Amino acid sequence: MFPPREDLLRLAPELVLCASGILLMLVEPFLGRARRGTLLFLATTGAALALAATLLPATHQGTAFSGLLSVDGLSVFMHVVVGLVALLVVLGSADYLDREHIQHGEYYALVLFATAGMGVMSSAAELMTAFVGLEVSSISTYILAGYRRDSPRSDESAMKYFLLGSFATAFFLYGIAMVYGATGSTQLGHAALTSFPGAPTLLRLGLALILVGLGFKVAAAPFQVWTPDVYEGAPTPVTALMSSGPKAAAFALLLRILATTDAAGSFWFWALWISAVLTMFVGNFAALAQTSVKRMLAYSSIAHAGYIMVALAAAAAADQVALGVAAVLYYLAVYALMKLGAFMMVAQLGGASERHVEIDDLAGLASRQPAAAACFSLFLLSLLGLPVTAGFLGKFYIFNAALASHLIWLAVLLALNSVLASFYYLRVIVVMYMREPNQDWAPSPMPWAVTLVLVAAAAGTLYLGLFPGRVMGFATQAALSLPLH
Amino acid sequence: MAQSHLLSLLIFLPLAGVVALLLVRSDDETWIRRVALAIALVEFALSLLLLRGFSAGSTAYQFEEMHDWIPAPPVHYHLGVDGISLFLVLLTTFLVPVAMLASWKSIQQRTQGFFITLLVLETGMVGVFLSLDLILFFLFWEAMLIPMYFLIGIWGHERRVYAALKFILYTMIGSILMLVAMVWLYELSGTFDLPRIQAMLTTGQLTLSLRTELLLFGAFFLAFAIKVPLFPLHTWLPDAHTEAPTAGSVVLAGVLLKMGTYGMVRFCVPLFPEAAHRLAPYIAVLAIIGIIYGALVALVQTDLKRMVAYSSVSHLGFVVLGIFAFTPTAIQGALYQMLNHGVSTGALFVLVGTLYDRRHTHLIREYGGLATPMPVLAALYLFVSLSSAGLPMLNGFVGEFLILAGTFERHAIWASFAALGVIFSSLYLLWAYQRVFFGSVTQERNRTLPDLDLRERSVLFAMAALILWMGIGSAGFTRRTETSARNIIDLMRRPQLYNARSAAVPQPGSLGTGAR
Repeated sequence: MFPPREDLLRLAPELVLCASGILLMLVEPFLGRARRGTLLFLATTGAALALAATLLPATHQGTAFSGLLSVDGLSVFMHVVVGLVALLVVLGSADYLDREHIQHGEYYALVLFATAGMGVMSSAAELMTAFVGLEVSSISTYILAGYRRDSPRSDESAMKYFLLGSFATAFFLYGIAMVYGATGSTQLGHAALTSFPGAPTLLRLGLALILVGLGFKVAAAPFQVWTPDVYEGAPTPVTALMSSGPKAAAFALLLRILATTDAAGSFWFWALWISAVLTMFVGNFAALAQTSVKRMLAYSSIAHAGYIMVALAAAAAADQVALGVAAVLYYLAVYALMKLGAFMMVAQLGGASERHVEIDDLAGLASRQPAAAACFSLFLLSLLGLPVTAGFLGKFYIFNAALASHLIWLAVLLALNSVLASFYYLRVIVVMYMREPNQDWAPSPMPWAVTLVLVAAAAGTLYLGLFPGRVMGFATQAALSLPLH
Repeated sequence: MAQSHLLSLLIFLPLAGVVALLLVRSDDETWIRRVALAIALVEFALSLLLLRGFSAGSTAYQFEEMHDWIPAPPVHYHLGVDGISLFLVLLTTFLVPVAMLASWKSIQQRTQGFFITLLVLETGMVGVFLSLDLILFFLFWEAMLIPMYFLIGIWGHERRVYAALKFILYTMIGSILMLVAMVWLYELSGTFDLPRIQAMLTTGQLTLSLRTELLLFGAFFLAFAIKVPLFPLHTWLPDAHTEAPTAGSVVLAGVLLKMGTYGMVRFCVPLFPEAAHRLAPYIAVLAIIGIIYGALVALVQTDLKRMVAYSSVSHLGFVVLGIFAFTPTAIQGALYQMLNHGVSTGALFVLVGTLYDRRHTHLIREYGGLATPMPVLAALYLFVSLSSAGLPMLNGFVGEFLILAGTFERHAIWASFAALGVIFSSLYLLWAYQRVFFGSVTQERNRTLPDLDLRERSVLFAMAALILWMGIGSAGFTRRTETSARNIIDLMRRPQLYNARSAAVPQPGSLGTGAR
């Protein structure tokens, strides 16, 4: 039986992504190494088409495939975010792949498949579907993490990510089983789940395991231990993808479960509160001690997961769900842009085999490549949350959500963490601007594709920092599209 | 009144100037300097237009501009100027060209970056004084940190990186908590618009419990007290000042420190009067400790620039004391002293900078008997020192007198202790002067130092003229600040507290509630 047309329209971005991925793998053997440009063109077109195809679900909202997918504001918003991430990652990877002598076709295909998985995660209205999306995205990224086969660190990264990630998905799956056992349904909007009287132990246990599984995916403490090694070992463009895309999709899934499952909100609230505080402090304190930019950024993404958890806790506090959800979404968009920009910068400046990813390697960048230094500073300042950049408004909305839910302490702790974070972000700026350049090594000039990606990320960072109205409007609509309890 | 765009122009002209500077070739240093100076001078000329259109008798914000910016939560691009901010804007636009001229020759590296940084800084500073929306204010307040950080960190002296980092971290700790307080205030009032919140508070539409008020006051006050800096939060200041290039010190002392006291007058006192009243004695004690401690530490410095830096701690203590005495006279004095300090200390830093340009040291013992080779510099230095020490006829006297007189009305003891600071200030300033300029020339190479050149003279004579004018013609300034200073006291009254508080607030300026 062929699915109805409406259902296919609602799945259009995933279909485009998968089709482009398969096409890439099919044509690669027929193209010689000299025709890498064609592969890049195909992959970029695929990602761009998928991004454009988001218009279809956006104009045909509703449920699809007998309620397995719910294509609503949240799903559309997240599709735009992960689609944009995929496009930028594909575009930004080409020169890196050349430099490291990595096969292009499969790499691009995996990025596109991973993105399709993230898309499914963000619109899944049923837990098993969510699991399928999670696995598609995870397995693709496991492979991508190990893509520099001849580098032991990359192998280590892939192995760690795979082992620990499998554990996490097992938890997630076990949690689904328990929820099913307790309520007789895996449907998120199901009556048994939304208005379950008293939430028995089995349901609570199931929800707890689901939280553990997704907590791992977003790198929330105490499930964050894998992050620095995996992020550091993986090829940097892949790190850029991992730190923005899957994290955003996992948060979207958390949001949907939180918003549609009555028991989850009150049950998760304290877990989220404590985990948020832990995540922020663990991430920031560890980042303070790093000497490698890449590892420092890895720890900083843990800290940022903590900031987002603050907004999540605000949503779970049930006073102002929509405010919290909108803050999470806005921050996810902001975070994806600035983190992707920062990692892409590291990928470019790191040079061959990523030998130069220490903070000291950036010495004097400002006098050698002033534009690159300014751009990197912009990303760092945005991660730090200074005004005029997107990071500031993202944090501002989180503060707003937290205080609207009367989480004053959480807001204060978030504030203190921002100050803590300024130590290590500013240190990088100090090295770039206030040190003499290294004599024995200089970064190579920017290729045009990377320049394009960086300019796009920087422009987005500024746009979201100065004119948040539109995107925040979408985020709010997305929040209101959820059947909030 | 038809909406005027003068304030937006003042904020964004320097930013437009940055674009102009980027168009100049980066190795063409002469033209970079000229273009930057031209922009700064045009900005100053434009800011003088504020004086013409400003009506002194009104408590309302003038030249108001209001546009929507962020829809939800509603943040507006709301600008306005009143008697409190008027002269601070003028001070800023005056000191930026001064800072540029003072570093005309001493900045030889990355000249383009230096002037761009100064212009961005100017946008931030002017924006802080003109913003009437809490978030807009915060935006300028924080955005300004980065150019200042670069200014100290790139063009500063030996320990510049340490000083820059210390400066930015101190400031951020305070300001991020202020952001939390601002958002909290929004949750209570439903708006970020300062005049609206003020009106809601004065009409009793919004009441804060004492605990809330104390917490909010604390968060705002901490941010401002660090910036002032109030004892014991002052330790970043000597480092930042000593390591900053001359332009950085001038702007830092002249304008940035004023942002702290401005914030106290604009936010802390009128928004949270009950908390302000309860905490005033403690704050006053800290201010007095700052006055005396700053002066004593300045006395024992061996480094000229560090001495001037500590003198700032002492002088700003006066300003804080004046604000928290809660009398119109003292607040007027505080406003006046903010301007005085900007001009006098700015001039002192320029003078010390001219010495540094010649000898590359700030150490007092390296100098001695300089009056012989450099009579003009010596004369100007004496003049500025005396103004800073509060000699009658010069500007410092007016401010200190108003503060002490206003404080004495209600707190004779505070005023008596603070008066000690006046004595000490002449002590450290004149003693340093004596060691640097009097006697015979102690070091042979100082004998041939060139006196001030035309550029240095024009800057310093302009500042000296201003010092003299502010000392004699102070009425022209106080006339414009008076209404606003009184208004601060009026705004502190709350309907529900009126009976309890009326005894404690003397001379309500008018019988109206002060609500607009």
